[in-house]
Amino acid sequence: MFKTFAKAFQSLSVALLMGLPLAASAQQMSEDASIVVEKPWARASLGTSRPGGAYLTVRNEGSESISLIGLRAEISGMASIHETRTNSDGVSSMAPADDIVIPPGGMIALEPGGYHAMLMQLQSPLVEGETFPLTLLFSDGTELEITVPVLGIGARGPEG
Amino acid sequence: MMSVAKIAAIGAAAVFAALFVGWWQVDGPGADPAPGKRPMPLTSMDFSLTDQDGQEVGPETLIGHPSLVFFGFTYCPDVCPTTLSDISGWLDELGPEAEDLRTVLITVDPDRDTVETMAEYVSYFHPQIQGWTGLPDQIAAVAEDFRATYEKVEGEDGSYTMNHTAGVFLFDATGRFVSIIDYHEPREFAVPKIRRAMQDRAEGAKS
Ligand SMILES: [Cu+2]
Repeated sequence: MFKTFAKAFQSLSVALLMGLPLAASAQQMSEDASIVVEKPWARASLGTSRPGGAYLTVRNEGSESISLIGLRAEISGMASIHETRTNSDGVSSMAPADDIVIPPGGMIALEPGGYHAMLMQLQSPLVEGETFPLTLLFSDGTELEITVPVLGIGARGPEG
Repeated sequence: MMSVAKIAAIGAAAVFAALFVGWWQVDGPGADPAPGKRPMPLTSMDFSLTDQDGQEVGPETLIGHPSLVFFGFTYCPDVCPTTLSDISGWLDELGPEAEDLRTVLITVDPDRDTVETMAEYVSYFHPQIQGWTGLPDQIAAVAEDFRATYEKVEGEDGSYTMNHTAGVFLFDATGRFVSIIDYHEPREFAVPKIRRAMQDRAEGAKS
């Protein structure tokens, strides 16, 4: 039942992909549709001297575990996945994240206060209303380029 | 006469209520942070900083108003803009009710966060949010008053980031510390906590 639904959904998505220009907020997936990325967004940056942050969710529709192992972006001289941690004293810190395992059928979220795409050494500012390409690197060798819309500095989530 | 079942149900409800009150005060949103971590009352603080307009500010700027104070820095890509956006949302939700609330971001990165930088940064959020900076020793002094901590951490590429206390401190209009809104605490607790700080002000004015 679920499989049939997923299949129908996939073909619908493929139809949409072919027929319509892809809206940045729609889902974006790997060629075999096993990796689905949704709700990407980034905050506008103040110039290029500060690191930018971006967020998204990744779903593993395949039958094997995969790991999100890194990022690449032309707009950033140094893109990586960071994890924010808040300790029992209420002190927050962030550091490069370890590989993030996504089990089959599982989903991981890069969201404020947890994981984020850390875009250091911005080559150009992240401007509200624009988009930029970001490539997600997976343990099975998949490189998935997605389009990330830039929202306002005060955005709280993919809807603004 | 009450049935046994009814008595049992009332008893269970009473036990649950007691447990809930206990949780609320000890672990829940009514909890105070660990005693050692409590900020001093604003009336016992003695810091001096510069606001986004270049004006000298201190605890006296806050006393007389309920206030909301937090630490951060503008080169922070995740926690700080999220906190500022959250606070903007709470202020929107409270509307005119919160007009009297003083809301301040104090930087822990005085080397990069100049007055001009703070002015530009806070301009992207709710207009009630101010941004205060100072000399490194002034920042050290204010953090000490709030029992907040911060630490510079060198990054891989020659840049650095700051670890810092991420909670939002709430004070009533008399300058008494009321509570803290933790970074990872459910957002729906925040607005009632701010209301409580504003209420304490009304009660403080009466007595
Ligand atoms: Cu980061």
